[in-house]
Amino acid sequence: MSDLLDYPIPSDRAIEPPPEWEELRQQCPVAKVRLASGGEATLLTRYDDVRAMLTDGRFGRVIPSGGTGVGSQDDGGTFSNDPTGVMADEEQHQAWRRLVNATFTAKRVQALAPGITARAERLIDDMLAAGGPADLVPALAFPLPVWVICELLGVPEDQRERFPYWSDTALSTTRYSQEEISAARQEFGAYMAALVEAKRAQPGDDLISELIALVDQNDPRLTAQTVIGTSMALLVAGHETTASHIAKMMALFLGDRSRWERLVADPSLVRSAVEESLRFDPNAGFGMVRWVDEDIEIAGESIPAGTTVVCSLAAANRDEGTFEGADEMDLGRRPNPHLSFGAGAYSCLGQSLARTELQIVLAALVRKVPSLELAVDVESVPRKEGLLVAGFDELPVKWEE
Amino acid sequence: MKINVDRDACCGAGQCVLLAPDVFDQDEEGIVVLLDERPAADQDFAVQEAVSMCPTGVIWVDQNA
Ligand code: HEM
Ligand code: HEM
Ligand code: SF4
Repeated sequence: MSDLLDYPIPSDRAIEPPPEWEELRQQCPVAKVRLASGGEATLLTRYDDVRAMLTDGRFGRVIPSGGTGVGSQDDGGTFSNDPTGVMADEEQHQAWRRLVNATFTAKRVQALAPGITARAERLIDDMLAAGGPADLVPALAFPLPVWVICELLGVPEDQRERFPYWSDTALSTTRYSQEEISAARQEFGAYMAALVEAKRAQPGDDLISELIALVDQNDPRLTAQTVIGTSMALLVAGHETTASHIAKMMALFLGDRSRWERLVADPSLVRSAVEESLRFDPNAGFGMVRWVDEDIEIAGESIPAGTTVVCSLAAANRDEGTFEGADEMDLGRRPNPHLSFGAGAYSCLGQSLARTELQIVLAALVRKVPSLELAVDVESVPRKEGLLVAGFDELPVKWEE
Repeated sequence: MKINVDRDACCGAGQCVLLAPDVFDQDEEGIVVLLDERPAADQDFAVQEAVSMCPTGVIWVDQNA
């Protein structure tokens, strides 16, 4: 059993993917791996296989007790825990999605764009005024998505500083102990429950107030508990991923400065460059999990019922069979059907919002700080370990003052 | 050329609307609404992009219809 590959595959390179991806895609597209929980799982790395698995309506993302969980915690970590209570049942999940979707439609998100732009510009101005070098993570990458999701949900400004900790613990595989995680989850849950009650007493113009009004009208799709769980999930989902991607995207563009120069010369590339940074991301974290509860076959290999299948979105995004010159970053690549937001019924609900935020941040930096560069070598930037969403703890930058 | 969508399988992530707002919209549940099933040729590229980026693969183009 010792010949099992450990997953995630450790990589010591900041902006290059581990060489194992190519070997797996070529020689072992359906691979047996061992997860941090100690259990066995099956890893998919080819684009077509990953896409087929994610869009297969039969399989959901909740791993039942007894199945191989993801993290080192007793309860198997994040994927065994569903705060919304709707994920295990396909119909319930779809009804829930249609309810929450309303807030995240492309048009509603576009209506937010001017406010997000103003906020991004203010954060950049503050960073420039304080003088360089600066750390882009606390200056911009982190506060912008937190602000956006808190505005959408209606979380008061003075209560936002606990979120980073709650969210880090929620997405932890090995970084925190089970005790710390349980305590944080409880604290987070109690906070959200109190906030939901406060909104019920005094509704505002925000998502939590909208959802709680539906509960009070006896909408069968929702309970107060689902509103609490949904709000928690959105807070976690809405900021950690976007914040870490802003930092990773900037590391990719500034780490090879010819990319940045191309963007400065032609800002119309911002949209496709954001997509390419999502595709290219070598630190895309764990990937997505599916619980396969019937016997199936993938690429000629049989997968028995009761298997945890891990889909490496990042490895699939580098598949030459789908992306010409997959290991080259092409800022103008179109179309770019990458899988960084997943695919199928469970694919990212917030992708319009995430794309809008990323485009706004990149466009604002290109416009306001064309001389931006990394203040240290990209390989020496400290990275987060043991979290499902990989990323940088800091990103030191400088510019011509 | 005629565009088809499968509203039952749409997950409502709105990529089609971001890419081709003259052709696609979303209803109040986020589900895709086809505004123009036979758009002008200048929309071809945007429509093709929406077809390939749609996370659920529920948009397809019938070239012969
Ligand atoms: C059953 C429970 C859930 C588990 C275990 C779970 C876990 C995770 C994990 C671990 C990731 C990170 C993947 C990565 O490395 O990229 C993740 C992604 C995400 N999950 Fe969940 N989630 C669960 C339910 C939810 C729910 C209910 C939502 C939202 C309503 C949600 C939203 C997200 C989002 C947004 C991401 C972000 C993707 C990313 O990190 O790249 N998850 N989920
Ligand atoms: C760059 C930023 C982001 C990335 C890379 C990302 C990625 C993902 C991925 C890969 C999934 C699929 C999970 C699966 O297949 O199991 C997911 C789900 C989800 N994401 Fe995102 N996400 C991002 C930003 C956001 C934002 C800003 C929000 C919202 C406010 C959000 C909300 C969600 C939710 C609610 C889900 C769960 C959807 C469901 O289960 O139906 N994400 N995200
Ligand atoms: S891109 Fe696809 S899934 Fe998303 S709203 Fe349009 S049709 Fe629906």
